[in-house]
Amino acid sequence: MIEKADQIFVLLLHWLVGFLPEAWQHVASVVVCVAVIVAVYPALFAVAVLMERKGLGRMQNRYGPNRVGPFGVLQPVADGIKSLTKEDIVPRNADAAVHFIAPLVLVVAVFMGLAVLPMGRNMVLVEMDASLLFFFAMGASTELSVFMAGWSSRNKYSLLGAMRAVAQMISYEVPLLLSTVGVVMITGSLSLVDIVDAQTRYSWGLAHWNVFKPWGLAGFVMFVIASMAETNRSPFDLPEGESEIIAGYFTEYSGFKFALFFLGEYVGMFSIAGLGTTLFLGGWSSPLAALSWIPSWIWFFAKVELWICFFIWVRGTLPRLRQDQLMNFAWKFLLPMTLVNLLVAAEWRFVEGVWLRWIVGMAIVAGAYVLMGRVGMRRERLGPRSYRYAE
Amino acid sequence: MSIAFVVLALLTLAGAMAAVTLRNLVHCALALAVAFAGLALLFLQLDAQFVGFTQILVYVGAVAILVVFAILLTRGADDGKAGTVFSRTWLAGLGIAAAVFALLGWAVLRSVRGLAQAAGTPAVTVENIGQALMSRYVLPLEIVALLLTAALVGAVIVAMYEKEGAR
Repeated sequence: MIEKADQIFVLLLHWLVGFLPEAWQHVASVVVCVAVIVAVYPALFAVAVLMERKGLGRMQNRYGPNRVGPFGVLQPVADGIKSLTKEDIVPRNADAAVHFIAPLVLVVAVFMGLAVLPMGRNMVLVEMDASLLFFFAMGASTELSVFMAGWSSRNKYSLLGAMRAVAQMISYEVPLLLSTVGVVMITGSLSLVDIVDAQTRYSWGLAHWNVFKPWGLAGFVMFVIASMAETNRSPFDLPEGESEIIAGYFTEYSGFKFALFFLGEYVGMFSIAGLGTTLFLGGWSSPLAALSWIPSWIWFFAKVELWICFFIWVRGTLPRLRQDQLMNFAWKFLLPMTLVNLLVAAEWRFVEGVWLRWIVGMAIVAGAYVLMGRVGMRRERLGPRSYRYAE
Repeated sequence: MSIAFVVLALLTLAGAMAAVTLRNLVHCALALAVAFAGLALLFLQLDAQFVGFTQILVYVGAVAILVVFAILLTRGADDGKAGTVFSRTWLAGLGIAAAVFALLGWAVLRSVRGLAQAAGTPAVTVENIGQALMSRYVLPLEIVALLLTAALVGAVIVAMYEKEGAR
């Protein structure tokens, strides 16, 4: 029974393609899997948008959407209909072809990344040797689409937003990649399936998640920060900073193309959260051996949703960074820290003795953090805060 | 020659042709990105996953962006309207390109004939590549790393110079 619940989607797929002749079964199963992924994530996107608006409203002491349906739960439907029926306006000077292609490239690249995420036991669309590399390759392709959108709009705000976005994404891609290298070093594989399998072991009823190790903890924190920047989420939302450059690179998009950008951004969030879950939080495995009876796919999606909630919480809490702070943080703090973390991962691999490697690893991570934090803050020369207009 | 190869080769060639014939420089850069992506797909078609994905990650993700940035930061992307896209020495360029292609083709054909036709594709995993890079080819790797570090330091110095002069 538990086994069946765990594998319910796999069994359903087998049952469904069983109706077809042998030769078509492989193609049919791929088509069904793709259709499911393309349907499930936009549905999650609708839920996440509602959750975000409600949650932000709560944090900002207001109600959030509460008019459409009971408690406003039908708001995503209304938003969808609105974006479908709105006029699609293309500026006269815009580069029509590039303006048209940009949102498509974004959405396609973002959805491609989902193909390699193991969303449950035996639930991965493409199982390949270098799936982590594939994910990052797809993530890197989104940068070009952001630039295409900003440049083709022929709008100063769009171009500014695109330049900011590209600079930010390139800068934060380095720590994002380097923070995952530790996981690859310890697991000895670039395959996400293998990485999850390596974490699905239990001692004293507790899972061997990577986040429970010194290099994993440091890598996890840096991955979360870099992933927030990579998806242009607040506090790293300079590329679309509404109060400065309206909406950045998608200022000149309306109607359904705007909705595509919105969708791409949220699905990008889901996929990066799914990747972080896979790398550091054990993917579809349960934290305690006693909870293994809960189906694996529930664990995966619960962790992803929790991650999204964290993103929303951070968005409601932190103010936006300044451009120089953003760059300094990426290059002068995150990058050295990720390099130190590689050292810790190597130490974890080669030092014998459970306690010794724990102590040495934590000492290196904490020492580097304190040292770099102190040095960085000394250069900032922070004095008492002064208000020009508010007093 | 499979259908996939023909399609990918045509895509790559079309991208490369567009990159040299289009008038708008940013369009050229985007077409170049298409050519890079086509090359990556050709690698994937040859079962070279690591090279293919690295090609996308580095060339589409970074090099194309850098090209675009360089275009935007140095000159207007729109002032390519006057004149034709062909330079005056296009015949010489064509000759050189044909000569290079002939040389490469000759070398490739010779190497295939020289090797014994091994049956089946060798199963090269990413792990094999990593092992080879870290053991047999560690010296070239280190030399490349040193070269890149030198380039990085040089770039930083070029960027720093103006700041000190202004002070």
